[in-house]
Amino acid sequence: MALTIASREVDGVVVLDLSGRITLGEGSVQLRDAVRGLISKGQKKILLNMGDVNYVDSSGLGELVSAYTSAKNQHGEVKLLSLTKKVHDLLQLTKLYTVFDIKDDEASAITSFK
Amino acid sequence: MPVSEARAERLTLTLKSTMESVSKVEAAAEKLAREAGLDEDECFHVAMAAREAAVNAVLHGNEYDPTKLITASFENTGAALVITVADQGKSFDPDSLPDPLAPENLLRGAGRGIFLIRSYMDELRFRQLNPGIELTLVKRLPPAAENS
Repeated sequence: MALTIASREVDGVVVLDLSGRITLGEGSVQLRDAVRGLISKGQKKILLNMGDVNYVDSSGLGELVSAYTSAKNQHGEVKLLSLTKKVHDLLQLTKLYTVFDIKDDEASAITSFK
Repeated sequence: MPVSEARAERLTLTLKSTMESVSKVEAAAEKLAREAGLDEDECFHVAMAAREAAVNAVLHGNEYDPTKLITASFENTGAALVITVADQGKSFDPDSLPDPLAPENLLRGAGRGIFLIRSYMDELRFRQLNPGIELTLVKRLPPAAENS
């Protein structure tokens, strides 16, 4: 299943609800375009809701890292919300768990941007 | 089903250098793992490792060149699942790959594919071809007697 992205704003934070796979040729480009589009409009607080993302490959991991660094370079921040077990395990394996601010609860995630 | 029920046949696919081929390799690997009776996590690991090998062949090896093919084979030897993926493109030295876990590499946007294959499989071997490279991925199976 390809990636679908729905955008909403909560207290100044753009939440991207992601669903599907973030992989080379499927979700990576959509995620890149969505995050870069937000950053180019000056949006610096981005929360990626990963609750319905059941698969990320090495390309998808690279895209998450690129989203993180793109935001950081513009003095913004990308955080992750509600990782599935597979994605959680993958981020631990690759030590990206130490890079991202990862939240389990949306309300506290939104608050953490302030 | 016994976990390591031996299967005699070996499936070989010769495919174009496309993302559709990557999906076919991933699906064949997942089917091999499921038919061997591996659990959900192990099936995911085998399928993902095969996918990463296929991406490596299509993207980095053959560079989507329509004149170059990838060849993938899938076999349950009874003792292990053995998957090979070969390309006809430019080769690489696996010993020269940067460590993706090193602090200076953590924020790199690429370079995790081979690491994931090594992590998810029990063995990864490289064979230089002329041209190209062949990756052999091995997932050892528990003895059937202990699982039947």
